[in-house]
Amino acid sequence: MLLRRELRNHSLEHHHFKLRLSVAGFIVLFCFAILLFRFFFLQIGKYDYFHTLAENNRISLVPTVPNRGLILDRNGVILAHNFFVYTLEITPSKAGNVEDTINRISQMMEVSNEDRKQFKKLRAQTHNFESVPIRTHLNEQEAAKFAVNRYQFPGVEIRSRLFRSYPQNGMGSHMIGYIGRINESDIKNLDASGDLGNYKGSDHIGKGGIEQFYESVLHGQTGFQQVEVDADGQAVRVLSSTAPVPGDNLVLSVDSKIQEIAEKAFGSRRGALVAINPKNGEVLAYVSMPTFDPNLFVDGIDAETWKMLNGSLDRPLINRPIRGIYPPGSTFKPFVAMAGLEDGKRHPPYSLSDPGFYTLAGSSHRYRDWKPEGHGQVGIQKAITVSCDTFFYGLALDLGIEKLTGFVSHFGFGKKSGIDLTGEIGGLLPTPEWKNRRWKQKWYPGETVIVGIGQGYTLVTPMQLAQATAVLANNGVAMRPHLVKSIQKNNGTGGMFHIPPMKQDEVRLKPENIALVRAGMIDVTRPGGTAASVGAGAGYDIAAKTGTAQVVGIKQGAKYNAGALDERHRDHALFVAYAPAENPTIALAVIVENGGHGGSAAGPIARKVMDYYLLGKLPADIVESSTKKPTGVVEEELHD
Amino acid sequence: MISDFMNNLSRRIDSFLMGCIFFACIIGLFVIYSASGQDWSRVISQFSNMMVALTLMWIVANISPHWLERMALPLFIFGLLLLLGVALFGEISHGARRWLNLGFARIQPSELMKVGMPMMLAWYFARREADLRSVDYAIAALMLVVPVGLVMKQPDLGTSLIILASGFYVIYLAGLSWKILAGGAGLIAVMTPIFWSLLHDYQRKRIEILFDPSQDPLGAGYHTIQASIALGSGGFIGKGWLNGTQSQLDFLPERTTDFIFAVFGEEFGLLGNILLLALFSLIIFRGFVISSRAHNTFCRLLAGSITLTFFTYVFVNIGMVSGILPVVGVPLPFISYGGTSLVTVLLGLGILMSISTHKALMASS
Repeated sequence: MLLRRELRNHSLEHHHFKLRLSVAGFIVLFCFAILLFRFFFLQIGKYDYFHTLAENNRISLVPTVPNRGLILDRNGVILAHNFFVYTLEITPSKAGNVEDTINRISQMMEVSNEDRKQFKKLRAQTHNFESVPIRTHLNEQEAAKFAVNRYQFPGVEIRSRLFRSYPQNGMGSHMIGYIGRINESDIKNLDASGDLGNYKGSDHIGKGGIEQFYESVLHGQTGFQQVEVDADGQAVRVLSSTAPVPGDNLVLSVDSKIQEIAEKAFGSRRGALVAINPKNGEVLAYVSMPTFDPNLFVDGIDAETWKMLNGSLDRPLINRPIRGIYPPGSTFKPFVAMAGLEDGKRHPPYSLSDPGFYTLAGSSHRYRDWKPEGHGQVGIQKAITVSCDTFFYGLALDLGIEKLTGFVSHFGFGKKSGIDLTGEIGGLLPTPEWKNRRWKQKWYPGETVIVGIGQGYTLVTPMQLAQATAVLANNGVAMRPHLVKSIQKNNGTGGMFHIPPMKQDEVRLKPENIALVRAGMIDVTRPGGTAASVGAGAGYDIAAKTGTAQVVGIKQGAKYNAGALDERHRDHALFVAYAPAENPTIALAVIVENGGHGGSAAGPIARKVMDYYLLGKLPADIVESSTKKPTGVVEEELHD
Repeated sequence: MISDFMNNLSRRIDSFLMGCIFFACIIGLFVIYSASGQDWSRVISQFSNMMVALTLMWIVANISPHWLERMALPLFIFGLLLLLGVALFGEISHGARRWLNLGFARIQPSELMKVGMPMMLAWYFARREADLRSVDYAIAALMLVVPVGLVMKQPDLGTSLIILASGFYVIYLAGLSWKILAGGAGLIAVMTPIFWSLLHDYQRKRIEILFDPSQDPLGAGYHTIQASIALGSGGFIGKGWLNGTQSQLDFLPERTTDFIFAVFGEEFGLLGNILLLALFSLIIFRGFVISSRAHNTFCRLLAGSITLTFFTYVFVNIGMVSGILPVVGVPLPFISYGGTSLVTVLLGLGILMSISTHKALMASS
């Protein structure tokens, strides 16, 4: 019985299995039927349609590149714009023997070796059926000559391509950045973000500065045309088209006049200047010296110029305001003073008698003041004004390193300012924990002592220094610094979008402490201060602090070049200021590399900037309208 | 003598299947030659892939299903451990963590699961056969979901889909109640929006563009549009071997791998498509026969699942190339260039052969 039931069960189950297999079989047949139906639909039903498409693949999708957004300064002065140039382009799949074609073209117009090299490079990166320029910037004669002989050149055509131009040449080059040819890694990034389709037809992409940070805003939306072309690659008719959406214009908060004044004031010296409106975070000037001409990069920089720029001891390609790191030196003192006041450690009437040096308890090592004989009786206000090292040595130790760095970090030290540029460095506020992590060593009290005067491990970028000064000027309220003030949608044809001021951080400061530090800083630019000459005859109060920082990084004896290096051993000159002191509308930081003393080297640059910003006073070497105005290049002559 | 030797060699080879495989491989080589732009080195390399895969198939065909049944559990555990290894220590290549570096070789454990999964589940149901309860299906589902999830996370949508299918087929064939199947279908309809939110951006984009390739004709929709043009312009008899303009002029992306069917369809037309589909149908038909004639549950379930998985490869690949399924990375058996998929497919067919030729032995034992 049992056996029989099992047998029956077994066969029953097998029966079930066969049923399920049959159902699966029907599903397989059904799916294959769908495929067959689809084949019929594509290969019989729509054969004519697809046949035409394939025959004329030749019917090609031609991308219409959108007009890139302009970059303007706060007064509408053009910093970056576009223009059209004629290019002669070859579509390899239609041209037959490409080498021969190029040789025949070169009999008609000049084709340099550079052109050939560039063509080869671009051709390797593009599909066979996409056109690649062999010559750019055709003049009218060349264009006309080719047009007459076009029938001899299948697969070759004249096109107009959009080029980028920076009419102010080097001015603000690090801030504006530049666009360059899209390379392999750009393609990878675009592919990853799903934007590659939108860049069909685009040759360029932002590579630095505003151009890079706001790439997605500036680029616009690529349109495309379905074009029927004949066997020679000439367009016969447009089947359908979607218009491109132009990129957005960017209006910067930077005033190109201030920018120009500051850059001229630097002359041939290296350094950086950042000026900020402390009330709203608008960056008014962003200077990195020396500058370079961004126009060089647009069409692919040639190897020699690149080597010159990249190899120069002046490092023109370094974006100093956000990537240059310097010890803050004495410009750090107002912030340390504020820490001491808020903590109650140095509140008036506290004062000390300065012997010209400071010693740690139980040690004979002398931390010297810059003035060997000392400053006499020093309270906190005077300590700022005369930049008394002894006072700040002791204060730093009293506060302790953690409390000190913890407090000043609210001014933005040790972290990125968040300015709208890529590649910003965060600088360094050292702590025992950091030292242990980085060097596996313990922290010594002597290291705390020198942090008090902005030396030691402390490193800041000019951007951070300017922002910290702005926070001080704005009574402890940090506004996010930004270069772009507003966005004009679609090349200015759409609406306008203003970037609202954004509060980033706030440190509570007592009004009387703010007043004390300010008083000390105002005295800096008055007779007896370390930058008395900077304030002379200004007509408004300047709260400032000078600084010098010892040069680090150049090893003695390594590749000694007497002429070039001697000067590079000099100290960096630093200067921070805000004005008018009672109601500041500008805060700035200046660094002149190897400039010597902050008051004499960096201060005058700051003064020129403030004079123009606050009083409209132009320096003698600047002409009223020397900043190039738009030259009448029309942007509207677009896709016809 | 010689015929004895040949007999021994081919004793475990199912001649019907072998005939189909032979034809499919020949077609594959011809299409690769055309799709690669007449690149002999590609053809030779694919030929050696085929030789390796056929040898492995022969070895597996000679292993008795008894042994396969015993190997099921260790193989599955081994595969699962490797997948965990990939998740923890895997190497990233082309943006996905799929490879495990063993020092002497880099392996892709997800491929192992394509065979290991149906073997494991078939083994499990065979063991529980006498006393099968609903909870067994839940346990099977759990064994299925964990590896699939690991592979999907790599991310490798195509492979995880194949593993999911192969396991699901076993569960279905083992007799999962029709009610649950219907309920599951309903649940999927409900869960789709949730699943959607879990997808990677690129996967979502692929699906969106499936329904409207014109959304991104220059980017992600480019594949589908160009493949449709290739297929459609092939017409009834095709443009002829080596004469496909779409494929020869660079318009088709991935034309030697996932999109190779577009090359085939362009050059051999509707007629070629029907013949190729017929050839695949013969293989599937033979698989069904082997499955239904198999003498124990393990063999039945395994053979059925392998057959249906083979069908899935074919349907998903051709479906995506002809624009009715989303673009997921599933190769076309025998035709797509690449050794990995050849080995996996032929290993499966080797198991089918083993099941079909060891019947006498099994029945008598």
